[in-house]
Parts: sequence; structure tokens; C-alpha cells
Amino acid sequence: MTDLAPLSPFDASPAAVGRIVRREPVDWTGIAFLTGLAVVVLLPLIVTAVWAFAEIWRFPAIVPQRMGLGYWQDTLSRNDVWQALWLSLSLTTTVTVISAAICFPAAYAFARLDFPGRNLLFLAFLSVQAFPKFGLIVATATIFLTLHLVGTFWGVVLIQLVGTLLYMIWIPVSAFQGVDRRLEEAARDVGAGPMRVFWFITLPQALPTLFAALLITFVSTFYETDAAWLIGLPNVRTMPMVMISFINNALEVQYGAVLFVFLWVPSFVLMLAARRVMGADAFAKGLGG
Amino acid sequence: MAQVRLSGIAKTFGKVTALDAMDLVIDDGELVCLLGPSGSGKSTLLRIIGGFEMPSEGTIAIDGVDVTDLPPEQRPTAMVFQSHALWSHMTVFGNVAFGLKLRHLPKAEIRDRVERVLDLVGLSGYGARLPSQLSGGQQQRVALARSLVIEPKILLLDEPFASLDQHLRERLRDEVRDIQQRLGITAVFVTHGQDEALAISDRIVVLADGRMQQVGRPGEIYAEPKTAFVAGFIGAMNMLDGTLADGEILASGLRLPAEGSGLARLAIRPEDISLTEPEEGRTMTVRRMIDFGAHVVIDGKLADGTHLRIQTDKAIRVSQGEQIGICVESWTVFTDGDEPRRYRSDTVRSFRGARYA
Ligand SMILES: Nc1ncnc2c1ncn2[C@@H]1O[C@H](COP(=O)(O)OP(=O)(O)OP(=O)(O)O)[C@@H](O)[C@H]1O
Ligand SMILES: [Mg+2]
Repeated sequence: MTDLAPLSPFDASPAAVGRIVRREPVDWTGIAFLTGLAVVVLLPLIVTAVWAFAEIWRFPAIVPQRMGLGYWQDTLSRNDVWQALWLSLSLTTTVTVISAAICFPAAYAFARLDFPGRNLLFLAFLSVQAFPKFGLIVATATIFLTLHLVGTFWGVVLIQLVGTLLYMIWIPVSAFQGVDRRLEEAARDVGAGPMRVFWFITLPQALPTLFAALLITFVSTFYETDAAWLIGLPNVRTMPMVMISFINNALEVQYGAVLFVFLWVPSFVLMLAARRVMGADAFAKGLGG
Repeated sequence: MAQVRLSGIAKTFGKVTALDAMDLVIDDGELVCLLGPSGSGKSTLLRIIGGFEMPSEGTIAIDGVDVTDLPPEQRPTAMVFQSHALWSHMTVFGNVAFGLKLRHLPKAEIRDRVERVLDLVGLSGYGARLPSQLSGGQQQRVALARSLVIEPKILLLDEPFASLDQHLRERLRDEVRDIQQRLGITAVFVTHGQDEALAISDRIVVLADGRMQQVGRPGEIYAEPKTAFVAGFIGAMNMLDGTLADGEILASGLRLPAEGSGLARLAIRPEDISLTEPEEGRTMTVRRMIDFGAHVVIDGKLADGTHLRIQTDKAIRVSQGEQIGICVESWTVFTDGDEPRRYRSDTVRSFRGARYA
């Protein structure tokens, strides 16, 4: 294309015209929104975090009268805290891994394969999730009692597994459905068989969203209490249950606050790392479909 | 590099017949355009050649080898998709190299071939970018490079440039034509732009409702359409309904010599009509005049209100509402179940007299 565009006098001497540099407009709505959000979300967090380091903090004072690490020492020197942490971590990891092993292939099948009764099955699955959780847990507890699963590690794994199914199927289904079929066809076209297409194209395309599902499952299972309480006690004491008993037994805010900070830091770091890995839109994609 | 032979290809989706009884031989090194309106089965045919759809009936052979049952990865075809379908998690280099990596070629050779093909499509130096960092035209070129790098015998293109602006589209399609001829690849190009088809193809296949209407060289299809559909679809055309009687066709008040009897369709190209003095039975009212610079198009109304387009000399000026006389220089008459009949005023005049000038 060698069209000769006539030179306008302005183009001819850009320096002479003088350039007007515009600054990006200030986004006041965004700032207001952010401030509001900070007050609602961050304030309680900050107050709780401060509590964790307060040794004496009585009513009228705005800042604690005495700060220190006393409660940290008390909390972290307790054996049951470390035991519960270890238990919770292994429980959560087990549940997440098993759930992924079951749900991801199922999600792929729902998303990609066309088998008879597919829609009915998916609907049935979703409707199960619509039942009130607590009733389901109580019912399961009765059955588990006869199976001697109550109070055992695997009993809790089983019941918590049920709780993860919703996110672990729903989000991955939309992740796999979100992968454009033409991407897969293009890979077939240049010589990849079905397995390699899945491995090199479908999976990497869906991965950020799958990772989001894993993360949500991990965090929500870690803090799950209803099922862990009904099925797990008295032998299986998970971290949140230790927290609850702290709050119930010693009427001191600090124990709870210490655990709160103690557990919040790692999951926050995990979230940040996740955002780095997969970009902010993966969460939205997973949840929005 | 390869010949494609389609025999009796048909495809149904449930109750919809997308393709019906297709017989077509595409020769070695030929570029064939599939042209037709939306839903006519162009993509379906292309996807059947590529192995993405299984034909309900019929067979496909490439170089005499039956490939009907082979999956896409085992066919010597490569497809460029309308939506480019680049893999967003790989760089440009990764996209192009993928097919070669699958073939376990040595690293140095892969790098070499990818660089060469990126150079071919005018994208050398873009290897490290992600597809999202390219413009639409560049993305389509990467898709083209990805298909070319595996050295397919047959290149399939499904409206590859439909989403681009006209200038870029024209340039890229000329580049495709160039590359295809240089490499001697057989190519099937789907388009619903007739200009595109006329501009680049060796032969055009016109499809409508899943059936082949006509196969032929671009000029042939333009000058000698076999059916009324092809006549109306390729190039601008005035199509009028009329009746044949007494060696004449009467359509919207227009009277022209033609043999036969009964209902018929009269087809006249806009450039085959010229202006004369107004005369009984051959006048038109000007609705508007469009000045394209190189030529002028006059849109007018015949006696019964039917539209008629005339393409004429750029020097001509008419105004709205003016009565002008028209002279039809050549026309075609289509009757059901019969070969079309073509007439020219100069040959007709020789045996009918000057009455039909
Ligand atoms: N997967 C499918 N399932 C059902 N019907 C289909 C499918 N693919 C195509 N069809 C139908 O087959 C017919 C031909 O479709 P095709 O995509 O080949 O048209 P096309 O000529 O490529 O049209 P366009 O120019 O709009 O791309 C259409 O009627 C379409 O609805
Ligand atoms: Mg199509």
C-alpha cells in the first residue's frame, strides 16, 4: 500500500505545534469504593490482629494498654494446637486430592463427552447440593455410626468430600467448557492425538480455573466445622474446632485472635501466590462460567 | 502436491441435510474456492475434508488413498480457522513449533523451520510474543504459519480473513495465493465474498442448500451461470420474473426476444444495459444515481415498480425521477429444468431485425 497521503501542515512540523500531554483522570469513584471496602473488610481484621498482640486492652482505650507476645507463647506452646494444625492440613490435603481425582475427570466428561442422560445426571448432582447441608450431615452421621466411621479420620474425609463436590465439579465443568473446541481441533490438525490434545492444550487452557477450584476447596475444607464436628469428635479435632473450644473455655479474646492471625497469614500468602500464577480473571471465569 | 477426490459425499445433522451428493475432484496444486450463502454447507464440506466431520455417505480420497476413516491428525491436511484458534498459553514460536515438536524433530531444525515460515508470512522476530500481543491480521498470519510449517499437502482455509478490514483482507488473500502457488500446495478456500473468490481461485464451486450449483473457472461462472441461483449470486445481476410467448419474454414491461414458453427468469447484468432515447416498452424511471468514480450505477424502476440496476459510463449524469431509455445488450433466460439460453442484441438483431435494438 503506497498511497501518498497529503501531508497536513501539522504533521509536517510536530515540534512547532507543541504537544499537549493529558494526564490520566483521577478515578474518584474507584477511590471511594476502595475506602468503603477497606473500612468494612479491613477494620475488623485489623482490630482482631491488634488483639493478638494485646496483653491488656480495656474499654475506653483506643490502643491496648500493654502489648506483647505472651498469648502467642501460651498458644503456640500448646501441644493440641500443633496436633490440630497437622491433622487439619493432612485432612484437607487428602480431601482435596481425592476430590480432584474424582471430580476433574467427571467434570471433563460433563463438559466434553456426549453420553446419554448427561444433562439429567448433572441436574441430579446439582439438586443434591441444594439440600440443607446440616440435615445431610446428621443423616450421614447416623449411617456412619453403624459403620464405625464416626470419630475416625476417614469418616471425616468422606463427609467433607461430599461438601467439596459442588465447587469441584461446577467450576471445572465451566473451565473445560470454556476451552474453545477449535483450539483442540487445531491441535488435532497439526498431528496431536486425543491424549496429547488434552495434555498440551485443554489442560493448560483450563488450568488457571482448575487451580482456583482447588484453592477454594482447600480453604473451605480447612475451615469446615459442621461435618468435622458431628463426625469427627471426640477423636478428630481439627484446627477450627480448637479455635472454637478456645473461645468457649477461656473468655479471653487473645487466644482466638492469635490463632486467627496464625492461620490467616498462610492462606493470605497462598491467595496472593495464586493470583500471581493465574491472573485475576481466573476466579471470575471459574465462578461466572 | 495432492489431488482430492470426493465421491458421493453427503452429511446430515439429525434432520438437517448439510451436504448432498457431492462429487468433486480438486487437482494437484489447484486453489478452489467454496462459495455460497450462509448455511450452504461450505464449512461442513471443508471440515469433512479435514477430518473433523464424518460424512454420512460417500468417500474422500487423497492421492488415490481412501482417507474417509482417518482422524485429522493422520491426514495430510492443515486448516486455518476463521477464529484463528491460536493457543493463548503458548508464544507465537510455541504455536508454530507445536506440530513439529509432535514429530520429534531435532531442536535446531524446528527453530530453523519456524523462523523460515514466520519469515514467509512476514512475522520474523515475533516469535517470543504471545498471541494476545498481536493484531488481528498478525494473529491470522500466525495461524497460517502454523498450518504451513507442517508442510501439508492440502491447505484448508475457512473464511480466514472474514474478521479483518477490507484492505488487510485483500492483501492477506493475495499473500495466501502467492504462497500457495510458490509452494505448489492444493488449497480449498471457503468464502462468502464473491470478489475474493473471483480474485484468487483457479476454480469456484458454488454451493446452495448443500448442493453444488456449478463448478468452473471464475470468468466462466461469471459469464455463463448455469442456474438462476448462480446468476444471482455471483456478481451484480438484475433478476426479473417473466413469461415466454411468441419468441419473446415479457418481464416487468420489458420485452426481449427469447424462445420457449411458460414462466421464466430473465437475468441481465447491470453493465449489459446502456442508455438510449426513451422509447415505448423500454423506459425506466431513475430512483438514484451512485457515482463510484470509475463508473456510475443507476438504480431505477420499471413500469411495474421492479428495480433495475444499470452500470454505465462515468461521464453519464441523470437526475432523480427522469425517464430514460434502456437498451439491453445481452441477457440470459432461465427456465425450470432446461439449460439457460443466452442472447446478445447484436446477434439477435441479425435475424429479428432492428426492432430490438
Ligand atoms: N454441528 C452441527 N449440528 C447441527 N447442524 C449443523 C452443524 N454444523 C452445521 N450444521 C448445519 O449444516 C448446514 C451447513 O452449515 P455450514 O456451517 O457448513 O454452513 P456454511 O456454508 O459454512 O455457512 P457460513 O457461511 O454461515 O459459515 C447449516 O444448516 C447448519 O445449520
Ligand atoms: Mg462456515
